[in-house]
Amino acid sequence: MDDAQTQTPNGQQTGAACGEQRDPAAAAEAAGALATEPRPDGLGEVTLTVQGLHIVLDPSGTDIDDEVTLKIRAGEVLGLVGESASGKTTAATSLLDYQRRGARIEGGQIEIDGKDVLAMSPAELRRIRGGTISYVPQDSSASLNPALRISTQLMEILEAHAFGSDEERKARLVQMMEEVLLPSDKAFLKRYPHQLSGGQQQRVAIAMAFANRPKVIVLDEPTTALDVTTQAHVLDTIRELTGAYGVAALYVTHDLAVVANLADRIAVMYAGRIVEQGTKEELFERAVHPYTRKLLASIPDISGERALTGIPGWAPRPGQRPPGCAFTPRCTWAIDKCSEAYPPVEGPSEEHTARCWRWKEVGAHKTAEEVKLRDKGAAVAAETLPVMVDVRDLDVFYQHKEVLHDIDVTLHEHRCLSLVGESGSGKTTLARCIAGLHPHKIKGDIEFQGKPLPRDSRSRPKATRQAIQYIFQSPYSSLNPRKTIRQIIRQPLQVFFDLSKEEQEQAMIEALEQVALDASLLNRYPDQLSGGERQRVAIARGLAAKPSVLICDEVTSWLDVSVQAAIIDLLASLQREMGLSMLFVTHNLALVRSISQEVAVMCEGKIVEYGEVDAVLEDPQADYTKKLLSDTPTV
Amino acid sequence: MSEMKNPAHVTDSELVEPATVHADKRRSEFVETMLEAWRMGRTKIGIGIFAFIVGLAIFGPLFAPYTPTEFVAPPFTGPSSTAYLGTDYLGHDVLTRVLYGGRTVITLALAATVIGLALGVTLGLITGYARRWIDESIMRILDVVLAFPQIVLALLFVSIVGPKLWLIVLMVGISHAPRIARVSRAATLEVSQRDFVRAAEATGVSKLKILFYEILPNTTSPLLVEFGLRLTYSIGLIAALSFLGFGLQPPAADWGLMINENRIGITVQPWPVFMPVLLIGILTIGTNLIADGLGRALIGIERDTSGT
Repeated sequence: MDDAQTQTPNGQQTGAACGEQRDPAAAAEAAGALATEPRPDGLGEVTLTVQGLHIVLDPSGTDIDDEVTLKIRAGEVLGLVGESASGKTTAATSLLDYQRRGARIEGGQIEIDGKDVLAMSPAELRRIRGGTISYVPQDSSASLNPALRISTQLMEILEAHAFGSDEERKARLVQMMEEVLLPSDKAFLKRYPHQLSGGQQQRVAIAMAFANRPKVIVLDEPTTALDVTTQAHVLDTIRELTGAYGVAALYVTHDLAVVANLADRIAVMYAGRIVEQGTKEELFERAVHPYTRKLLASIPDISGERALTGIPGWAPRPGQRPPGCAFTPRCTWAIDKCSEAYPPVEGPSEEHTARCWRWKEVGAHKTAEEVKLRDKGAAVAAETLPVMVDVRDLDVFYQHKEVLHDIDVTLHEHRCLSLVGESGSGKTTLARCIAGLHPHKIKGDIEFQGKPLPRDSRSRPKATRQAIQYIFQSPYSSLNPRKTIRQIIRQPLQVFFDLSKEEQEQAMIEALEQVALDASLLNRYPDQLSGGERQRVAIARGLAAKPSVLICDEVTSWLDVSVQAAIIDLLASLQREMGLSMLFVTHNLALVRSISQEVAVMCEGKIVEYGEVDAVLEDPQADYTKKLLSDTPTV
Repeated sequence: MSEMKNPAHVTDSELVEPATVHADKRRSEFVETMLEAWRMGRTKIGIGIFAFIVGLAIFGPLFAPYTPTEFVAPPFTGPSSTAYLGTDYLGHDVLTRVLYGGRTVITLALAATVIGLALGVTLGLITGYARRWIDESIMRILDVVLAFPQIVLALLFVSIVGPKLWLIVLMVGISHAPRIARVSRAATLEVSQRDFVRAAEATGVSKLKILFYEILPNTTSPLLVEFGLRLTYSIGLIAALSFLGFGLQPPAADWGLMINENRIGITVQPWPVFMPVLLIGILTIGTNLIADGLGRALIGIERDTSGT
């Protein structure tokens, strides 16, 4: 559940509270402390070089990564960007000469300060791991040992690398905590990982990574599991520390918007190869690879002037990659040559390279011409439209705890309302209350077309259950893996309508067409589809019921950005064409302009701001909305 | 925990999951688990042993040199050319009785296990899905049943009603039920958390349909492991009940009974005891290997990560 997540056993409220502001004084102080540290010599020297790294799956020999060539200078952050299954994490952990089971380094070179990592003995490797090169994992809640106090875990890494004397280690421990802006008092150090918030845990993991003053640090999506405000704090810390200590950092992420604010240079990976590499400015303003350009176009734009454009299809997994350039099937620039041979490394300069046969033409093409502007549509004033769902004075409980307070929300026909908030804000709970899926106590009124709505979906009349459809967050969990797509989409048809076999078949094909899927998928099982296709099936199941209200709960949070853009586009057009009333729940403020006309910002179970999208985003009134806006990474 | 789950979390496991490799050649998770279990040496050996013993019990009587109650030689005669494994306490041919004696124990064990599974799965589904007081009350009652050793529970009823075969099957089945119910309940709890169950609830699909069409098919793998394990226990229990004289009655040929009848002569003529012991032992090893193979395939030990 969304709720009760941010509460630690101490009752300490973790994460960012609605009113809390980032403390600039503390950050400045920490930066000051860092500045007094002796700056290492040779800032700007190349610390890490990776040459032609080739990683395969054993024993089949399927490529995971190939021809990965990277260079990172001291004090520089290189963003390694790629969608799922692009091989970015495999490449990143290989820098520590670590491969997960089944993967093997087939060829290539990795050098840190001129020393060949791949030629090292296990003993040497142990010495450099956590010392010269360190790693920050994606999910710190899983990487910290839940049974050990954080002081023990931090001490461990110093002891393992024989850092100074006992006294020095203790002093270093305090210093480490200060560096990552965590309290360094005894009481805090004695805590266990579960007594820290997600952001604090990730800071401890970062402190561990920086403990032995590494030369290279590998950060594997360290902020993916965090809220935007917490993410902004953690990114600040990473930027400060890498700069101050002259560390060469590799930042792995699927989110271009995150690296836009952090990285000096960016390498874009697709299907196991680096397709484009260059400085941040070069990539964002003068990208020459079609994939980079499409990826940029699919990033939600908080200013909302640009329409989201997805990339059709999805990134191929190892073993399914097409010959030649793997992007060919999804590329609008593709020519015959593309599927025949992989293009060489070329580019405008030595630093800015790409692997595309037509990079010159792509580069010459003005980016501005590709940008589609958002179709604002002829927005009809809400007052003139019939009210579909009306929520008044709603208080919702989770067991005995009140999690939602005084909620007032109105959904009109033909309109889409976005519900935005961080984890634990209660947005999903509110959506579930409307859908009749909240099993606990509810006070207040929910009306559907002017009639009171029973709390539990089972006690609602069939017509109401049919009219309100809910799309779940994870398409990996919302489709029964033991049923075919036909059986899945048929379920609402059987329950709601009295149709003959042929009519059912026809309705199913129609539903699939609406979500741009082929009827041939009907006989497949969910695990035979990609994440984006699964989510489309889930939407088709909702549409098959011919709803008038569609509730979408974080429907894109499990999907790649390029797929997310396509799904958002689909939902927006369905909503317009079918005149649906839609509730769109999301944690990503940047998405709301692309899809909705109204927005409600939620924090700790309350609606802190509610109004027309453009008005709220351009002139936010609540402090919380302002903070959310400033912390949301933008390109 | 909406924000915690991002595409990247799925990536790594999916990357190496053999089930997700080729779009058209992929099979369902269940078939994949079964194939993976089959690929393991232990499963093959287990199935080989099981097939051999079952084959022996079914077709053995066709090759028996005598009838099971025929007097062949004086009691406890050692192996000779007339009786390859000698004779038992009444002078019957041991080889013949061994070939005849497997049917009952295997049939009864299978029947008891199926009953136990049906009962246990039903209870597990109900408790796991209903939760609250239904879950609490049923599970606490099952805990009481669990507190009795299985054999004591069976003996209690058999000694009251008398040595009826159906009662043995029923009691062994009932004594398995709480154990199977616990496994089934745990699997149900996990599956009923998933969104497709919520989707069915929101649509208004009946609870019975949700239980049997949405949840049950997703719990088959752990239940199959449980079936193998309980079959092993059933064989042991039923053989033990026969040994104690509550199974088949003399002069019927039965492995458990044979051990009991002939134990007094074990120093003179070990074969009528040794052979049934050996066969029951091998049979349980066989079912155990199958269950173990399934279990390993299920949790992914020795999973082939090649992606081919």
